[in-house]
Amino acid sequence: MSADQIPAPTVDRPGRSTAARRLLRNPLGVLSTLVLLAVVAAALAAPLLTDQLPATAHLRDAFGPPRAGHPLGFDSAGRDILSRLLYGARNTLGGAALALAVAVVLGIPTGLLAGYFGKRFDAIANWLVNLLMALPAMIVLLASRAVLGPTVWVLMVILGVLAAPSFFRLVRGIVLTVRNELYVDAARVSGLPWWRIVSRHVLIMVRAPIIIQVALVAGVALGLQAGLEFIGVGSSGELPTWGAMLNEGFQFVQRAPRLMLWPGLAVGLTSAALVLLAVALRDALEDRADARPRRVRRAAPPAPPAPPAPAGRQAEAPDRAALLSVRSLSVSYPGYDGEREVVRDVSLDVAAGQIVGLVGESGSGKTQTAFAILGILPDGGRIGRGSVTIEGQEIIGLSQRRWRSLRSTVVAYVPQEPMSNLDPSFTIGHQLAEPIRAMTGASAAAARRRAVELLREVDIRDPERVMRRYPHQISGGMAQRVLIAAAISCDPRLLIADEPTTALDVTVQAEILALLRRLQRQRGMGVLLVTHNLGVVADLCDSVLVMRQGRVVERGPVADVLVHPRHDYTRGLVDAVLDLPLTEQTDDAAASGTEQP
Amino acid sequence: MFGFLLRRTAAGLALIVVISFITFVLLSLPENDVGRTLLGPEAPADLVAAKNAALGLDRPVLTQYADWLSHALRADFGASWFTSEDVTAAIAARLPITLSLMIGVTTVTALASFGLGVWSGVRRGAVDRAVQILGVLGYALPGFLITLVIVLVFAVRLGWFPAIGYIPLSQSPAGWLSTVTLPVVALSIGAIAGASQQVRSAVIDVLSQDYIRTLRSRGLPARTVLFKHVLRNASAPALTVLGMQFVGLLGGAVLVEQIFGLPGLGSMAVAYTTRGDIPVIMGLLTVTVVGVVTINLLVDVAIGLLNPKSRQT
Repeated sequence: MSADQIPAPTVDRPGRSTAARRLLRNPLGVLSTLVLLAVVAAALAAPLLTDQLPATAHLRDAFGPPRAGHPLGFDSAGRDILSRLLYGARNTLGGAALALAVAVVLGIPTGLLAGYFGKRFDAIANWLVNLLMALPAMIVLLASRAVLGPTVWVLMVILGVLAAPSFFRLVRGIVLTVRNELYVDAARVSGLPWWRIVSRHVLIMVRAPIIIQVALVAGVALGLQAGLEFIGVGSSGELPTWGAMLNEGFQFVQRAPRLMLWPGLAVGLTSAALVLLAVALRDALEDRADARPRRVRRAAPPAPPAPPAPAGRQAEAPDRAALLSVRSLSVSYPGYDGEREVVRDVSLDVAAGQIVGLVGESGSGKTQTAFAILGILPDGGRIGRGSVTIEGQEIIGLSQRRWRSLRSTVVAYVPQEPMSNLDPSFTIGHQLAEPIRAMTGASAAAARRRAVELLREVDIRDPERVMRRYPHQISGGMAQRVLIAAAISCDPRLLIADEPTTALDVTVQAEILALLRRLQRQRGMGVLLVTHNLGVVADLCDSVLVMRQGRVVERGPVADVLVHPRHDYTRGLVDAVLDLPLTEQTDDAAASGTEQP
Repeated sequence: MFGFLLRRTAAGLALIVVISFITFVLLSLPENDVGRTLLGPEAPADLVAAKNAALGLDRPVLTQYADWLSHALRADFGASWFTSEDVTAAIAARLPITLSLMIGVTTVTALASFGLGVWSGVRRGAVDRAVQILGVLGYALPGFLITLVIVLVFAVRLGWFPAIGYIPLSQSPAGWLSTVTLPVVALSIGAIAGASQQVRSAVIDVLSQDYIRTLRSRGLPARTVLFKHVLRNASAPALTVLGMQFVGLLGGAVLVEQIFGLPGLGSMAVAYTTRGDIPVIMGLLTVTVVGVVTINLLVDVAIGLLNPKSRQT
């Protein structure tokens, strides 16, 4: 990922009130909240809603239909169904709440401590958690009932213990990432006691995921509780619970399916409401009302129209170059408020054997321009207008198949971050041979021989050994050489390099630049070099374009632009790098005479 | 890879011993007066004590555990205190039923959740939303409730499948299929709901990786990128989730076997454990934990094969 694409940090973390408001705007959230409130209220107000008692049996009313005072009828023992449902809610919900409380009390503090302090406590806690997670919960619950007797409350405590790892792992994972954030380091260095750091900085981060997890675990606990009661291992039968009612209904399912209807609805609605509430909470707390615009990676703020460029240099781009020619290209992404253009009206040319620099700050649209030319814009990215020709062929509107056949063979890409651009699951040799086989139809053996040659060409000393390595086993500099080798594997005539040295050590940077220049000269390739480093431009490029807020604000031969920048922005860039070795480079660029008129 | 396997196996064995020890100690709490349970509340105290002595329960807990372990290592879990049945034989007779259930559910779940997860992760849009809603519903409803509805609709109302009972595969393949179909479907729904979401997010995560873009920039067909690179990188996290679900499935199997009247380990657990039959409980627990450890080991091996980086740890 290049610097242009790092999403800006979410500045306004949703506060509690906005989150609540967002939840209330979500119909799912409102509905599930109402259902849960109604169920809890009904359980609490059971004596007010019915004057029947759940245990009173009227044998002559067994399986009796609804009648006045008994709106839901009678069960197999002639007990009032409504009263059993209402009083049963107390036991079922209470059991689930107990399990939840135990899981929260055990899981969250241990997760915080294990994540924050790590080391031995973390190791022990992790070991215990793995042990708990390997335990089949149902068998343990059955065994505990054997020893401790049929009390639903004890079983729920054990269920809570078994559910604690889900909180532990959640909290620990988040704390581990937060702990190493700079602001937490700063708080530690400034001498804040650990409990202040945890409560001030760490708890904020875990709050939302915990709330969501609570709703989820409550739903699971309710289901398990009802399940235990259903197979008759929970209470000893006296206590009305939804699970026990389901069990009774299932026994008489042929005779009175009505018996299963009410407890089934109660269990289903309540646990569905809990899980749907969790989903709604996630949307509200994690600010994901609409996932689409968030996936779009860009950073350019909506920009005012760029000031008119100085006459002459910016003016109409020159005649179209034979190798790569871009005219009036615009790239846009869907945003909250309609399409947002990140590249506007960009024109550029690269001739064979020429190196053209594309400079600009993060978010200026230079990487997006490169992706558009390669046809690898991220999801949502769209080329709005313009024309891109490669070797005279218009590629905008070209079929996917035709367009694909140009990659590697005509135009190739060298990415910025070497380590993240190699597939971690395949060997270097495989990744080098794959495009050769796919694009040229070479045999496996021939592709392999070619891959070894390529590695030698990019100055890798022991190519046979590197071929067998996986990406995590090689250094960043070597990975970048491998990526360059992959890019030139099918002899492209145009190379698009996106900040090829930014992620590397300074010593390695010079080597990679030298390698790129040597390959470019040997093969007579045209290169579009995206960079924010004017030193690299001065060192390597023939001509340069400066981009800002999606537009090209200045263009020309390197010597002209760097020595006599006309645009304020370019001047600022140049002034920021005062120690440029300009003179020597100027002569070189002028002598080579490759700049287009 | 060999050292990695050896380490994981050793860790798994240690886990089995630790769990069996803890369970054994907890089961031997003084609250569990086995002689009293066996002989009934009216039996005289000296008879109860004699019964406990006959079962070896008067010895120190550690001695009892060592005794149990030395037999368990030879796959001898002793005899049930209540029915004198040989525990190993009883488990062996019931294991195939639970095992066929587990294998069926795991296969169905893996296929369906990979299919749905990849489809929704790649296509996004309406397909994605539909799969997500199904996932939430499958997750939101307790498994046994879904099972009850399935029984009511397909067995009681429509009569397509028998509501209860089990026909061994050796007796009649068609009969076997008709008795295991509903249980497998009932158990799979919740598992698919959970696993397909995990596959989906793993696929979306891999699709956003830099190396996928770079592979595309090389002109590889979208098919190759998806089925070779995306799928391989996404399957490691997905497999981890499938492995973790296996533990939950064992619990679900207890309920499902009970509902469908399948004579597997689950219904055995309900029938025996509630009486405090320690040899049976220990035997069942050991077998299930061995199953869980084995599955986790297989998942680790599969991930090690798929993802070279994980082999180091």
